[in-house]
Amino acid sequence: MPEIRNYTLNFGPQHPAAHGVLRMVLEMDGEVIERADPHIGLLHRATEKLAETKPFNQSMPYMDRLDYVSMMCNEHAYVMAVEKLLGIEIPIRAQYIRVMFDEITRILNHLLWIGSHGLDLGAMTMFLYAFREREDLMDCYEVVSGARLHAAYYRVGGVYRDLPDSMPKYTPSKWHSKSAVDKLNEEREGSLLDFIEAFTNRYPSKVDEYETLLTENRIWRQRTVGIGVVTPERAFQLGLTGPMLRGSGIEWDLRKKQPYEVYDKMDFSIPVGVNGDCYDRYLVRIEEMRQSNRIIKQCVDWLRANPGPVTVDDHKVTPPSREKMKADMESMIHHFKLFSEGYCVPAGEVYAAIEHPKGEFGIYMVSDGANKPYRMKIRAPGFAHLSAMNEMATGHMLADVVAIIGTQDIVFGEIDR
Amino acid sequence: MSKQETLLTQLQARFGEMLSSATLAVKQVTIEVPANHALSVLQTLRDEFSFEQLSDLCGVDYAHYGQADWEGSIRGKGFSRAVAAGCHQEECELPRFAVVYHLLSIKNNIRLRVRVFAEGDMPKVDSVVNLWNSANWYEREAFDLFGILFDGHPDLRRILTDYGFIGHPFRKDFPISGYMEMRYDPEKKRVVYQPVSIEPRTLVPRVIRHDNRFVE
Repeated sequence: MPEIRNYTLNFGPQHPAAHGVLRMVLEMDGEVIERADPHIGLLHRATEKLAETKPFNQSMPYMDRLDYVSMMCNEHAYVMAVEKLLGIEIPIRAQYIRVMFDEITRILNHLLWIGSHGLDLGAMTMFLYAFREREDLMDCYEVVSGARLHAAYYRVGGVYRDLPDSMPKYTPSKWHSKSAVDKLNEEREGSLLDFIEAFTNRYPSKVDEYETLLTENRIWRQRTVGIGVVTPERAFQLGLTGPMLRGSGIEWDLRKKQPYEVYDKMDFSIPVGVNGDCYDRYLVRIEEMRQSNRIIKQCVDWLRANPGPVTVDDHKVTPPSREKMKADMESMIHHFKLFSEGYCVPAGEVYAAIEHPKGEFGIYMVSDGANKPYRMKIRAPGFAHLSAMNEMATGHMLADVVAIIGTQDIVFGEIDR
Repeated sequence: MSKQETLLTQLQARFGEMLSSATLAVKQVTIEVPANHALSVLQTLRDEFSFEQLSDLCGVDYAHYGQADWEGSIRGKGFSRAVAAGCHQEECELPRFAVVYHLLSIKNNIRLRVRVFAEGDMPKVDSVVNLWNSANWYEREAFDLFGILFDGHPDLRRILTDYGFIGHPFRKDFPISGYMEMRYDPEKKRVVYQPVSIEPRTLVPRVIRHDNRFVE
């Protein structure tokens, strides 16, 4: 009779399936997990404390660096919190632009998720497929903000600039011949909206391709069905939100239930799972990509037909135009005040939450009337999800831990903050 | 009558004297509860008002609330006044630390903010891990960053800071640059800890302007 021994296994912090710097101490009985103790904080940058030392408008780019695969959604929660405290209403066109880019961000996030989740579970091709579409969407980021990832596009009072009329084009080089470049540039002849519309038209067939690879795949189902099951009651208790909650069969989506911006005018549906396992959460996220695509299409149609301002006209909060600043004394003063001291926000506190691709992302902000937040707390969805790891992983095999990390869609930028 | 107003009157009717304040601002309901009633009030909120989910729990340090860098005693000229930030600690009437709970009712689709002030030098409140299991990590975080103790927490360890970290970094008297820095020592061939070598500095002073720009 062999002696039975318990192992303590150190998983990470430098493990390719740990999605960043997760260190997990696993107590194991053979290959079965008895207890999982995630050690986090290796990427802690004290974003909240840094925000307390900076004027309101200067902290916004930090938000991109929280969940660094869904940048604009993080910004959205932050600017919404400040706007609620200031009591300003942003122009309708800016609201549509924000909704459109929120959904582009959701697709970006889910593409990275499906790519890395597939890679973790042995589906190599998914990663390449997902990055093919991510490339187009990051071009959309780049054309409005100049950055492919850390956009800093949403500003308090609207968005940084209106959508551009033209897309940058590839030029022939020693890697791309003239004919190859012409083919690449085919969809870039028109405006950004044309480019996005072309994307929305071809994207559903791309999602079909992902599903062809995974949905009925025997290996994929063996690795995900029945793994990490969460009942609806436990999902509430553990603080799960977003696709993690909907995978357990709860129809809860802030875009529908507590609509912000123009989500109440959008036509889309909320997918929910049945069993609450990794496979259901996979199906939920796949369907969310299709629904996001629908929302983007509606936004494109509206934005084509309705030009207008994209920032509020109050130069106490938004900077005046460059030309006005050079010619007009008052604009000059506004500009100087805004970029040196910032603006004072009325005393009070607010919690602004959005439906982030990963769940409920909230900013709790306390202002005492100064030009800097008194306290800012980031409610990151991944933090609550990772704290459920122990319960979700106990009783499963070591290889299933990788599937559960993948299904939780963990990104350390937001968990460690 | 909006949903929030209804909730506010219901809470006042149910708890009465147990609430030290109940307000509705920016369309959000906030109640303040003394620390000794906190656990029973939160339990009632979960069971009778069906707040199934604890969205968030965080600590707040009110030590410098409402203080601006420019005001107070003049310790220098011009910009150096701002650099000596936080030099004028007045005695505040409020207790220094508070724990803020954000509750979400999925059934009624409403949020509620509960603030509990923690009294004393060793701020301590009752843990709500048994009411909402998701509080586990949030309470560890509030303990780590603010040094607030949670009575009845099963495993109150540090969570975000380094192993062996000393102090509670989100307290207002903790400098933004910290006390210790680490570097690689080529002679010892390992990472060493030493006192920080950089001075804390203020780029933009904190100012409070009482203008009526945003007041109706």
